[in-house]
Amino acid sequence: MSHWNPRFEEMPAAELDRLQYRLAKTLAYRLYAFSPFYHARMREAGVHPDDVRSLEDVRKLPFMYKGDLRDNYPDRLFTVPHEELVRYHVSSGTTGKPTVVGYTEKDIELWTESLARALTSIGLSRGDVIQVSYGYGLFTGGLGLHYGAERIGATVLPTSVGNTERQIELMQDLEATAICCTPSYLLHIGEVAERMGINLGRDTSLRTGILGAEPWSEGMRRHIQEWLGIRAYDIYGTSELSGPMFTECAEQRGIHIWRDLALIEVIDPETGEALQPGERGELAITMLQKEALPICRYRIGDLSSVMVDDCPCGRAHPRIERITGRVDDMLIIRGINVFPSQIEHVLLGLPEVGEHFQIVVDRKGTLDDMLVRVEVRKEAFSDKIADLMAIQKRVADRLKSVLNVAVRVELVEPGSLPRFEGKAKRVIDRRVL
Amino acid sequence: MTGNEFIIRQISVFSENRPGRLAAIAHALEEERVNIFAFSIAEASGFGVVRALVDRPERAHARLTEDGFNVAFTDVIAVRMRDEPGGLYEVARLLGDAGVNIEYSYAYSGPDGAVLILRVDRPEEAIEKIRGAGKELISSATFT
Repeated sequence: MSHWNPRFEEMPAAELDRLQYRLAKTLAYRLYAFSPFYHARMREAGVHPDDVRSLEDVRKLPFMYKGDLRDNYPDRLFTVPHEELVRYHVSSGTTGKPTVVGYTEKDIELWTESLARALTSIGLSRGDVIQVSYGYGLFTGGLGLHYGAERIGATVLPTSVGNTERQIELMQDLEATAICCTPSYLLHIGEVAERMGINLGRDTSLRTGILGAEPWSEGMRRHIQEWLGIRAYDIYGTSELSGPMFTECAEQRGIHIWRDLALIEVIDPETGEALQPGERGELAITMLQKEALPICRYRIGDLSSVMVDDCPCGRAHPRIERITGRVDDMLIIRGINVFPSQIEHVLLGLPEVGEHFQIVVDRKGTLDDMLVRVEVRKEAFSDKIADLMAIQKRVADRLKSVLNVAVRVELVEPGSLPRFEGKAKRVIDRRVL
Repeated sequence: MTGNEFIIRQISVFSENRPGRLAAIAHALEEERVNIFAFSIAEASGFGVVRALVDRPERAHARLTEDGFNVAFTDVIAVRMRDEPGGLYEVARLLGDAGVNIEYSYAYSGPDGAVLILRVDRPEEAIEKIRGAGKELISSATFT
């Protein structure tokens, strides 16, 4: 497996430690000097860049939060003059007000570099046709992967999102070998293709899916790989980091985070204390070389764990486990934490129902009431009410045993639940608190 | 599926229990010029199953599937009953005595008599007993 940038990808761990330390210290000074916001926050915390004397000392620096970006809307966290900016992206605002990210030329360059390494590590190269089915525009997904794919010399098919039948025709006619989109959109593409009589694995050149921008599960990966006959890789990033930045390598053992670009910590979401490798918690990310909008110990709200054991690919860059949820996606039902990803995982293990679902949370009197709506698969449909009620009960029982909270299950008609082309919005929370 | 002429293919459709679903099914059948002879709805929490005897089950199945419905064929039998007190008892007793279980049933009664539609656990045996008792079964050809 070839490396896009052997200098950094083959760098030994000890050398990466020194490099990260040097970059983190420089970042601390840069923020102290050019970010009035972070300067004030450092003073509040009683920390000075001089206090960063080792890589571990980065933990002395204060956190940044999503709310900080919103509070400083649109550009008050930028640390370069406006004429240095070459682009803006604006986040989709799934969880609140939008946030604006500015990019210098170097920011775009390093973003592209990160993805060029990532796509190469998957095994893509010149000769591949990469269909970018992420939205183009203010969302970072489309343009980010577009630049990354062009950088490695692949041919880009910039279909963006929507008009699924046309996407499938073009995929066939132009022999796309890889697709980048959300996992839920790929499922939708698969369903539409099936209706058109096309099996993606058999009737197209598609072999690789690069999927992200929403949490998905290992079970979903197996399902996609078996059903569509492709290899599916996880990709990670958010607009605050620049956009989609990091992917798994061909080994599919977690997402490599390039240590010269980012420093990743996993912390306890309650206390902010560092967790051990393998322990699941909230990611705090420091972008070591970002210029326009520096990000330091940014609490992104994503839940994961970091793996530091050796990857067979040989890269000494740590991996994060797939994102298992967001701190703010988490539902609290009768005091118990519930993640939509857990529900997806359960449903994938039940052949009687489809993988699409919708969660409706309501309050009945003083009690939270959670309803999960699932589609009955064609093969499982029985004319007998008792059989259908048994399916309903099996789903409810399995969900209860995994979530530790009682759930009502409603069976709905196949294809009736909303499909998502961008980020899936599967939770309807009607509770008035 | 057997070649027994008295086994009738009923179509069964999964339907959510909300306004407009029956109308959607009925409209699709109208557009396909499919005629409904008998029909029932069984309901549970949040969903139901619509069952119908139609003149062109294949056509109905294809169209409803195309519209995204979950559709299945189910084998049922249809017995002509005396349209007077004791008619239903006669048929039910016959099956009960033979140990044939009725899973569900619906009926219609029109100018040309009353008909009981049955889904039973052992259709061949039911057919044998009913015919043996001199009762009339409706053959699947009657509908097409």
